[in-house]
Amino acid sequence: MVEESIQREAIEAAVHAVAERIEAEKTYLTELDSAIGDADHGANLHRGMQAVVEAIEDTDEEDPAALVKLVGRTLVSEVGGAAGPLYGGSIMSASTEFAEGIDTASTVAFAEAYLAKVEDRGGATVGDKTMVDALTPAVHTYKKSIEQDELPPLAALAKAVDAAERGVAFTTPIRASKGRASYLGWRSVGHQDPGATSTLYCLEAILDVATEYLDGEIDRDATSPTVPDESAEADGSPEGEE
Amino acid sequence: MIALVVVSHSEQAANGVAEVATEMGGDARIVPVGGDPDGGIGTSAPEIEDAILDAVEGPDGETADGIVVLVDLGSAVMNAELAIEMLEEDLEVVIADAPILEGTLNAAVSASSPKATLDEVLQRAEEARDYRKLD
Repeated sequence: MVEESIQREAIEAAVHAVAERIEAEKTYLTELDSAIGDADHGANLHRGMQAVVEAIEDTDEEDPAALVKLVGRTLVSEVGGAAGPLYGGSIMSASTEFAEGIDTASTVAFAEAYLAKVEDRGGATVGDKTMVDALTPAVHTYKKSIEQDELPPLAALAKAVDAAERGVAFTTPIRASKGRASYLGWRSVGHQDPGATSTLYCLEAILDVATEYLDGEIDRDATSPTVPDESAEADGSPEGEE
Repeated sequence: MIALVVVSHSEQAANGVAEVATEMGGDARIVPVGGDPDGGIGTSAPEIEDAILDAVEGPDGETADGIVVLVDLGSAVMNAELAIEMLEEDLEVVIADAPILEGTLNAAVSASSPKATLDEVLQRAEEARDYRKLD
């Protein structure tokens, strides 16, 4: 595992990258939210991430779990609506996975714990037209790429980002069953989900930062084969086939 | 003694619900909370956490044995759950699965008895789920 000071630097860089991306997209996110929600997602997340940047800059803390928890707690304090508890509360709760520091295995554990908390808190599952639709494919693809395909973390993260993008696209043609958009019923069909979209932006920003800290090739195609032919034949799985 | 916390997306709505309930259950301790951290429409976990602590302590120095939280919709539920998780003290706090106004009214009547237990107040609040407005 790399030194705590490098872990802190990477967390700080990731926080800045996410904050900048959300700032750049805040008007678009609010546009998406005004179609099927309460038109505050962009502004809310932007305010939250600005506060996170300040909180991280103001602390000398180097322990990665404590830093990530601070990110979550700050989002909970600053972001209203459902985004505060969903983003902030889930980050707070998953941060304990970094108790021993950030390495490949703990990032998989964090991703799984984060997804589980978002699902539990929001009561949403795949297909409800929520952030879960972007998060689930991303987390599943990341875990499988690391644990079964033994891809380097950077390659796994790139595939996860592509998986999230497919998840965001999936939210457009389906009817919302959770969140504010569900009150619109059939009128929600045809609109892209703002929470799934902001989830994708966060992941893309994190991937940008990861390329500076991790070695490896980027292949942003979640559907490209990752299992070598012989192992695919050995376990008889159809993965990698079109 | 059981106290109530009323969580709405609107601070005015939370105050109004508490006002209506107070008329019936005048002795119950009811702490309303609402609005997002920016003062807009929404809910905030830290503010709900503070409201729960206020409800426990109370203005008269009598500590509540438990808290029933009444919520309106969506993120109010999530933020109330998160607020309860964030409480550092070991407190008896439950969220009622009930309509906010009728639930608060029922709970206030029940909680105005100093002997009422957390389960009793919660049950009274949740009975409001079955109320019909017309026959």
